[in-house]
Amino acid sequence: MATDDIYILGINMTKFGKYPDKDVVDLASEAVMAALADGGVSMADIGILAAGNLMGSGGVGQMIQKQVGQTGIPVYNVSNACATGATALRTAIMAIKAGECDMGLAVGVEKLAGVGLLGGGGAPKTPGKQWAPTGRYGAVTNVDGLIGTATMPGTFAQVGMEYGHKYGGATFELFAKISEKNHAHSTLNPLAAYTKRMTLEEIMNDIMISYPNTRPMCSANCDGAAAAVVVSGAKLKTLSREQQRRAVKVSASVLTSDPYQEACQVLPDVNTLTRIAAKQAYESSGVSPQDLDLVELHDCFATAELVHYDNLMLCEEGGAVDFFNSGATWRDGSTPVNVSGGLESKGHPISATGIANIWEICHHLRGEAGPRQIEGAKVGLAHVIGLGSACGVHILEKSAL
Amino acid sequence: MATAQQVPLVDYLVLGDAVHLEANECTSCKARFFDRRNACAACFGTQFSKAKISNSGIVRSFTIVTFAAPGVPVPFVAAIIDCDGTSVRANLINVEPTPEKVSLGMKVQLATYSLGTDDNGAEAIGFGYEPAL
Ligand SMILES: [Zn+2]
Repeated sequence: MATDDIYILGINMTKFGKYPDKDVVDLASEAVMAALADGGVSMADIGILAAGNLMGSGGVGQMIQKQVGQTGIPVYNVSNACATGATALRTAIMAIKAGECDMGLAVGVEKLAGVGLLGGGGAPKTPGKQWAPTGRYGAVTNVDGLIGTATMPGTFAQVGMEYGHKYGGATFELFAKISEKNHAHSTLNPLAAYTKRMTLEEIMNDIMISYPNTRPMCSANCDGAAAAVVVSGAKLKTLSREQQRRAVKVSASVLTSDPYQEACQVLPDVNTLTRIAAKQAYESSGVSPQDLDLVELHDCFATAELVHYDNLMLCEEGGAVDFFNSGATWRDGSTPVNVSGGLESKGHPISATGIANIWEICHHLRGEAGPRQIEGAKVGLAHVIGLGSACGVHILEKSAL
Repeated sequence: MATAQQVPLVDYLVLGDAVHLEANECTSCKARFFDRRNACAACFGTQFSKAKISNSGIVRSFTIVTFAAPGVPVPFVAAIIDCDGTSVRANLINVEPTPEKVSLGMKVQLATYSLGTDDNGAEAIGFGYEPAL
């Protein structure tokens, strides 16, 4: 192992679901202590803490420290929409790369069970009072529902439909089949919020949220936390052989934002920044899409999964529909995607997601995934995207030991 | 007849005899934006002029929203319209909000409607796109 490489030493995710009796600090502490134990280290070894939590009051990193260990290390509270967890991880990685410390901790946590629709703002005014222009568009009332929609389900529905307009074949049934796959995968994941297999008919006949996404085709709002300990290659060499054997190499860690494109301020462009992040990740790691044994990508909606097959270059440009229809992304296919069940069934506690997907990959690379193990997995990719936008891509490789 | 005052839903909707949308167009790179600008997101330029958006276009993407914030009437069709190369976000109006009646690539044209009158007698005017004749 090269001294300037970065490794995941310990990692953990809580079961995703409903925790009425636990707060974000409880959930984050559980993940943090388990990640430290998994790595065989303690808070005394950690030189930086990066923490993410979007829905809370802020300063979650220090609140966690007050439960698990106040050692005076720098804390970075990060916020980057659905890419918050990946951003926390990358912050810890950058601190190590900068030589500020040799071991860091990243944690993401969210309490989201029972939270309804995200994005879009409130209802339009009823007539009366005064039509007075406000804001950057000089709007006289809330415009969601009057000028399209900025809700998450509506935005990502349009992302998928736009792909269909460009390349064809993206029908309601096709998107529902993607969801059918992820719900089928979830039955093998005891940490998923929902583990019920659903038939295509059940998915298509469920409540329509924003055509073509029905409820089971949307990510599940739930509670959860995930944490990871990262370490430099130099430090890892001083640790035990067992720690070295279970360590997972971070072959690429990339974060991008959305570069200007025509229409990107009208409908968020989730494609270009993902494609750029993927390209950078493949180039810096020397891994090609064909090398990937499994992929966890950001299926916040079934419509999003389709476009990311293309953005992550798992298929030919424009070929995502055929790629899915070939069976490639089922767990017995050539490029298993979201064997965890994905956000549609595992759940999406926003800030935890960008570390939980890395946990899933590590679990397989370590050969510890039990009944859902992808046999012989050596390399995997984890992707998240947060609207606004931010994209995180990490490529992970099994230890050479 | 009293000339009732009309106010546009957003300031990029230009009312009058020839209703249309207008964008802030970067004078150096021609990137178009609908909001108030500090600078150009594409080339960082700071000079803008007003550009008239074509009133006709095609549906580049859409969704039929059946679940929205409380108080937002559903269902409605949210869409992205390609108006001769400029993308516009809007509702599709004067069309049944079903996958049978709305399709990708369909031709549409700008249309306006009343959002009601306020206590001062000002009428707000909204816009959307309807199937082209
Ligand atoms: Zn410009």
